[in-house]
This record gives sequence, C-alpha cells and structure tokens, in this order.
Amino acid sequence: MLGYAVRRLLGAIPTLFLIITFAFFLMRVAPGGPFDRERTLEAKVLENLNRVFHLDKPVWEQYLYYLGNLARGDLGPSFIYRDFSVQQLLGNGLPVSIQLGGMALLVALLIGSVLGTIAALRQNSWVDYSVIAVATFGITVPNFVVAPLLSLVFGVWLSLLPAGGWNSPESMVLPVITLALPQVAIIARLIRGSMIEALRSDHVRTARAYGLPQRMIVIVHALRAACLPVISYLGPAAAALLTGSVVVETIFGLPGIGRYFVQGALNRDYTLVMGTVIIIAVFVVVFNLIVDLLYAALDPRVRYD
Amino acid sequence: MTDIATGQMPPEGELPTTKSRSAWETAFMRLRRNRAAMASLFILILFVVAGIFGPMLAPHPYARVYSDFVKVPASLEAYPRQSEIVPLAEAALSRARLETGTIELDGNTVRIAATSRREIDPRVTRYLDRSDLFSNARIVEQADDKKSIVMEADVQRLRFIFGTDANGRDLFARVLISIRISLMIGALATGVALLIGVIYGATAGFLGGRIDNIMMRIVDILYSLPFTFFAILLVVFFGRNVVLMFIAVGAVEWLDMARIVRGQTIALRRREFVQAAEALGVSSGGILKRHIIPNTLGPVIIYMTLLVPKVILLESFLSFLGLGVQEPLTSLGVLISEGARNMRGAAYMLLYPSLALTALLFALNFLGDGLRDALDPKDR
Repeated sequence: MLGYAVRRLLGAIPTLFLIITFAFFLMRVAPGGPFDRERTLEAKVLENLNRVFHLDKPVWEQYLYYLGNLARGDLGPSFIYRDFSVQQLLGNGLPVSIQLGGMALLVALLIGSVLGTIAALRQNSWVDYSVIAVATFGITVPNFVVAPLLSLVFGVWLSLLPAGGWNSPESMVLPVITLALPQVAIIARLIRGSMIEALRSDHVRTARAYGLPQRMIVIVHALRAACLPVISYLGPAAAALLTGSVVVETIFGLPGIGRYFVQGALNRDYTLVMGTVIIIAVFVVVFNLIVDLLYAALDPRVRYD
Repeated sequence: MTDIATGQMPPEGELPTTKSRSAWETAFMRLRRNRAAMASLFILILFVVAGIFGPMLAPHPYARVYSDFVKVPASLEAYPRQSEIVPLAEAALSRARLETGTIELDGNTVRIAATSRREIDPRVTRYLDRSDLFSNARIVEQADDKKSIVMEADVQRLRFIFGTDANGRDLFARVLISIRISLMIGALATGVALLIGVIYGATAGFLGGRIDNIMMRIVDILYSLPFTFFAILLVVFFGRNVVLMFIAVGAVEWLDMARIVRGQTIALRRREFVQAAEALGVSSGGILKRHIIPNTLGPVIIYMTLLVPKVILLESFLSFLGLGVQEPLTSLGVLISEGARNMRGAAYMLLYPSLALTALLFALNFLGDGLRDALDPKDR
C-alpha cells in the first residue's frame, strides 16, 4: 500500500512537469507582458524591471531559472503585487479557499448522500421525483446565476445574511450553499443510482435473511457499496472545490485564491499564474491518490501491491 | 420493448402490410413520447426563432442608448409615465429661458404655453426636439408681440418590457441579441469540437498500436490540465476575439468526443465489412471516411447535444468574467454580471438574463437526455 502510494506520487512528477512546461510557454507566447500598462513606463525603468525579474533573458533560460527556483521550493515574486511573493499570496488565500471548499464538501456529502439514499429507498415515489428535480436544478443552473440570486434574495431583499464579505461565520453561509449545490445534486444522483443497485445485491439480501434491522442494512451494508462511485467522483471535485472558485469569490468578495488565476492571466503575472496552476495540479494528483487508497480500503476486491 | 414488435406475425405467404421502421424512425418515435424532451424542443425552437429574428423585430436596437431612461424598471406601461411628462417638458424648456405657463397633455401630444420678456425666436422648438422624448415640435400660436407662444409636440412613448440597463439600453433587445450570440457560439464551438474529436478519435482507434497509445496519452495529459484555466489561457493568447476564442474552446472540448469515437472505432475495426474493405484495397483514409465515421454517428450525436449547453455555459462564464464578448455586443454572461453589480435597486437586470440562460440550459439538457434515451435505449 505504502509502496503503491510512493510509486503513484513519483509517477505524477512527469505529469506535473509537463503541465508546468505547457503553462509556462503558453503564458510567454501570449502577447504583452506584465509591465505593459495604459501608462507606458520609461524605457530605463522598464529595462531595470525586466533585468530584476530576468525577463530580458531568452525564454528557455527563464524557464530553466524558474525550474531551478521551483526545485528549491521558491515560486518567485509576483510581478503585479510587487510587495508579495507568490508564496505569500497563495499562503494568505489558500486557508480561505480550503475552509470554504471543505465546508461545501462536507455539506454536499451529508445532504447529497441522505437525499440519494432516501430517493433510492422510495424509488418512483414523489420523494424520489422531487430529489431528481432538485438534482437536475443543481446541475443545470450555473453558479454565476445561483450566487447573485442568493445574494439578492437573502442578502438584499430579506437581509438575513451578509450579501458579501469575509468577516463573520454567517458570511460563509451563502458561498458554501453556492459551492455545495451542484455537488449535492451530483452526489445525490450517484448515490441514488448505486444504492438502488446495492439494495438488490446478494449481500444485502443475505443481511435481510439474517433478520438485521432495515436501518442497519441500509447504513452499514448498502451504503458502503453505494458510496464507491461517489468516492471516485470526489477526487477531482474536492481538488476543484478546495482551490477556490473565481465566480463565488468575485460575487461575494472573498479573499481566496480562485481569483488569482484569472487576474494573473490577464495581467501577465507569470509567476502567480504558474503558482496557481501548480497548486491546482498538485491538489488533483493528491486527491486522486487519496481516492484510490480509500477505494481499496472500502472495497476488499480492490488491491494494490 | 413494446414499440418494436406489437403486431401479430403475418400469416405465411402474405407480405406484412406495415412498413418496417428504420432505427432512426424508432428513435424519433421514442423521443416524441418523452414529454420533457418535446417541451424542451419547443422551447428551444422558440429560442432559436428569438435569436434569429428577435433582434430584427425588437422595438429598440440593442446598442441604442436612451440617456433619459437609465435603469428604468421593467414595465408593460410605456415610458415616460403619464405623470412624468409635464416635469420632463419643463426640464427640456428650462434651457430655453422661457417662463412656462400651462402645460397640457392630450393623448400623445403636449401643449405648452410660454412667455418671455424678450421676443421669442421661433427656433425655440428645437429645445424640445433635442430631447429624446419629444418630436415634431411646432408653434401653434404666437402673440403679435412675439413675447408669448403656444407650442405643441408629440411625446415619444417607449416601452421597455424588460427595463433598461445602467447605460439606458433596452434590456429586452439585449437579451435577444445575447440569445443569438449564445446559440451561435454553441453551434460554432461544438462544430469545431466535433470535427477535431471525430477525426482524432477515429484515426487513433483505426491505426491502433503504438500510435493509438501516444495519441491517447496526449488526450490524458490534456485532460489533467485544469480546464477552465486552460480556456482562460486561450483567451489570453487569442486576445478578445470572440470567434477565434470559440474555435479555441471547441479545440479544447474535443477530448471526450475523441475518446468516444476511438472506443467505437476499435469495436468497428474488427468487423467484417471493414476487413472486406481492407481486402479490396481501400485506403485507410477511405475506410475511415466511408465506414468508420458514419457508424460512430449515434453516440456522437448524443454527445454533441450535451456539448452545446456545456459550451454555452462556458461562454457565459467567460463573458461573466469579462473575457468573452465585448461591448457594445453582449451575451447572457455579460448581462448577468452587470445585473449582479446592479442588483441593489435594479433586480430585474439580474433576473431576466438569468431566467433566459437557465431556461436555455434546461431545454438543451432535457433534449440531450431525451435524445440519449431515444437513440441508445441500453444506456437508460
């Protein structure tokens, strides 16, 4: 198991390397640079800036320089937020994003699996249909519609919750709902499907034959089999949730890291873009690994050696 | 499977009187029985008609600015409202240095009596014409000493059933033009994804072996790139050119298509008719074009209908971030983001575009699901 984990992590290095290389050169090929502004800088100033940030060197040399720094764990200075290094920016924003994403993930898992299980137990009843309707709604309506509508209804019209900002526990409610809604929908749908199958399976029938109480059959025996597809879905979903959402952060005015990529890409803040790309790629790799290990723990038929 | 064999077997020697149905006819029948899909199809047709003809028939051009009507709420009543006309006429004439007397409103004409200490120049009517609200201003009576005057002007009454935006542009016309943009972009990017995905997938599946391996590894690597970020990088790369950008989006969205087509191709490759074609010496390109690609169409159509809403969503998302369509042209994403900024006090600016986008996405998704059920009953 440990050997497998180590091998998987080592195997991810070439993928990460490719992603970094690709993003690096794509950013550099894009027209414009970090210091092109509406107000052009003096030639001498620009020259100095380029020299300090090594932008006067050929691109391949910059690339090697960047890789060298990266190997030492240095993501470089931000070109736009001059007083901060990329580490500092990500270090400030990441806790916010992880907090929000983690909450959303928990909420989604809890509500999603409860809804999915209830729908499966009452298949083809009105409960089932309303769960399907909620799921369809959650999947179809995009978050940039849900977020402002929630903010409008609960923040502006009803004044129940803050419409934006990051200063109290209540200000987390609306962003978490926005983030969790599509996940609730997908998880409920997955659980419903696999639960229906699990309830018909042999081991559940055996448990019934032994006369185990229904609650125990559902929670212990059926749910364990039914949550496998959810777990494989959770890998990429968790990585995406925990690394922040540009829409939610923009609408609710939150200081997470989701905005940095868009801002960085538009401002040609090369190092900041690379930093966010690396963070996201690492999250994806790590969560996929966790998912595979969890899978083995939950399903005795799966073995890694 | 009641819809396949319901009738009795015909007696021997007689030909069956009912014509056998093709796979497509069967699929269409199944689709017609799916009420959600048919309703979606109807809504979708409405959207397409609205997108094509709406901007031509809309009462206002989508880019026309009515500076007198900034952020007026949605209403079926015409603007200016009855009670506002008199003060607006006074405001328009205040610049003319006249002392306005009685102002009467009669239907859509306003009658203004005014006096001045000096002689009144007949060109004074231009002050009224200059405003968006009044037109065809004329002098009806003028006193002999030219110091008092009675003017009449037609009041221009405009309807903004969805209200106007923060620049005084008609929101209804803007929603219509956005629907056109969304549908066009959905079709364009899906077309590009279709072209690349089908050719790439079919080639990889057909050639097989090491080439297949390499081609699919490339797809896997592209898959692991954070997708939205990749789209944003493309926007950065191509600048803010919408058409180029959506060719690029199509160029990103082909990955699933390539996988589906490759899987189908591998299955088809071993079939006898492909081997027969090979034995007859048909070139690889010929086999692909004539035998492989036409046979992968079913799943491709299903995937395509589900790709259109995905692309429309992506376009709205990028436009929402300000990376998509640029002013004065607009898109549902742009309208929603403007609505979100102005939702305090002008909630209708958020509600109508959100409603339009949601309805469009729902219709496309339901239709896609319906088509999948109809074309591929195993996959239910």
